[in-house]
Amino acid sequence: MIKSIVDFFGDEAYARYRHRLFYLVLALIVVADFVVPRDHVEYLWERLPGWSAVYGFVSCVLLIFVSKFLGHQGGLMRREDYYD
Amino acid sequence: MIEFVHPALLFVLGAVPIPFLPRSIRKAYLLLIPVLAIFAVLALQPGSYGAAQFLGQEILIAKVDKLSIVFATVFTIMALIGTVYALHLTEAGQHVAAFVYVGSALGVVFAGDYLTLYLFWEGMAFASAYLVFAQGGEKAIGAAFRYLMVHVTGGVVLLGGVVLHALASGSLLFGPIEGNIGAGAYLILAGFLLNAAVPPLNAWLTDAYPEATVTGAVFMSAFTTKTAVYVLARAFPGTELLVWLGTAMALYGVVYAVLENDCRRLLAYHIVSQVGYMVAGVGIGTEVAVNGATSHAFAHILYKALLFMGAGAVIYVTGRRKLTELGGLYRTMPLTVALYMIGAFAISAFPFFSGFVTKSMVVAAAGEDHRALVMLALTMASSGTFLHTGLKLPYYMFFGTDRGLQAREPPGNMLVAMAMAATLCVAIGVFPGPLYALLPYQVAFEPYTGAHITESLGVLMFTALGFVLFLRALDPENTISIDTDWFYRKGARAFMWFAERPLARYEKAVSDVSETAALPLLHGTARTGLRIDIHGVDAIVNGVAHAILDGGGVLRRLQTGVVTHYALAMIAGLIAAIAVFAVVWR
Repeated sequence: MIKSIVDFFGDEAYARYRHRLFYLVLALIVVADFVVPRDHVEYLWERLPGWSAVYGFVSCVLLIFVSKFLGHQGGLMRREDYYD
Repeated sequence: MIEFVHPALLFVLGAVPIPFLPRSIRKAYLLLIPVLAIFAVLALQPGSYGAAQFLGQEILIAKVDKLSIVFATVFTIMALIGTVYALHLTEAGQHVAAFVYVGSALGVVFAGDYLTLYLFWEGMAFASAYLVFAQGGEKAIGAAFRYLMVHVTGGVVLLGGVVLHALASGSLLFGPIEGNIGAGAYLILAGFLLNAAVPPLNAWLTDAYPEATVTGAVFMSAFTTKTAVYVLARAFPGTELLVWLGTAMALYGVVYAVLENDCRRLLAYHIVSQVGYMVAGVGIGTEVAVNGATSHAFAHILYKALLFMGAGAVIYVTGRRKLTELGGLYRTMPLTVALYMIGAFAISAFPFFSGFVTKSMVVAAAGEDHRALVMLALTMASSGTFLHTGLKLPYYMFFGTDRGLQAREPPGNMLVAMAMAATLCVAIGVFPGPLYALLPYQVAFEPYTGAHITESLGVLMFTALGFVLFLRALDPENTISIDTDWFYRKGARAFMWFAERPLARYEKAVSDVSETAALPLLHGTARTGLRIDIHGVDAIVNGVAHAILDGGGVLRRLQTGVVTHYALAMIAGLIAAIAVFAVVWR
């Protein structure tokens, strides 16, 4: 069973199902975020349904591009023989 | 009934017979010790044990309370899992080093005074360094030396701090440092922060862990940084500096993880990131925050070990560790993939995995303490964690481009160890009660609320969306990243250059002068001295001696013992005296 689950995520043959499932899950999460009760909120953003989705996406994009910028333009990334 | 068995003793003394046991018995013995240690920890009663006086100072070998018990529990469980993972190893050295390492970590956790703490602290450094040395090869040995030097330096800083602190406070007992933090306490803090891998003192970790042996890295990922979290929680709860250092390191780790190509170095950067949550939790210092830091350390040890075991299995089977050389292994290693992913979900704090019930406690503590910025930064780091350990690493290691590598599942003992850790990761996530019961303070925290679940899933799954959309931007590159080890790696090179060039030239010039001018002069003087000695002083001394000797001989010959000779001599003397008298006194 484990093999078939792993294959589902790896095999090109299931690519379409994977994508559909993925976008369905994303939609469900956003919808669920609108309906869950929020009895204890302290900060403004916690009141906004869907905030976490936006913040997660923005965080991810920021992390990728800021890091790569630091790596390439900031000179953090070097050739493998740099210390040799 | 024995009142108290120190679990550290079981490991340190238990390590001694390992090299002498036949292989068949050794495996059973290796498992027996951690199992006994788990029971020893379960049987522990809070209290103070082994109080003594040393050099007029109070010593307390073991102080048992809830905080030390929770760390000791996970340490002994981890020792068992790590031992199972390393069971196939035939060389005894690594087993011995691992046991001494675990024993030392437990020694630190129970240490009631700074001296005991310091001794075990150094024990950890040396035992763990062996796990890097054991890998062999130029790179590993270089990294091991750097690791050892950094830790010995940190140990010296800690010792200096302990001495100053003891002088200032009049006690060596280890406990919360209260009032104004003096110079001694700052040095102690620096020693602790070094072991916690807080930037800029973090590079030893990401330098050494990827070079360690496959099994050694699993032990290393669990103990050094978490003992540091423990001592920070013990001595510095509520230190404001730690909040900001912790938050910064949570982000620092994920930024570097984007750039990494070596699978274990990427995971090592995530240790930095995750320990950041714990350091921040200790810094916030409220009951919820310290509970969060402690429980997060507990969960982290298990899932990080699981991730290192997964990456180690891939390295063990394929001999490769760069993401640019890996890919397509999911067909041949499905079990490893599945177990690794459980660790990845746990570290990313997916609901029903251990990270969810522990990490969120730290974030919630930041929220309750009105630290919005810290809360947002830590949430962003969560996104980065899933991005790297949950998406990037498995994608490029197991899926992605098929490199046609010959692979198979790792040996059974490795899979069993991974399964043990994975089971605990899920069990803690589903039933957090037993872990919460172990924590130092009463827990009034409910992780499973609807809003919390959708919020976490929102952050995580939309991170996944970002990953899918910008996958190409994340492609690993064949590079290494410069971290703060640059300063001592390049610094050491500059030092060596200075030693080999200017210093060696100066030394050569001095020795040239001494060889061409000074030495001949000295030789000549010495020769002249010798000549004077032999021909002058000796000759005079010898001459006098000879003269005395000869005179003695003559005198001896005069003593004939014949009375007539003496009479004759007396008469001759008398005549001579008269003659002299006559001449002189006339």
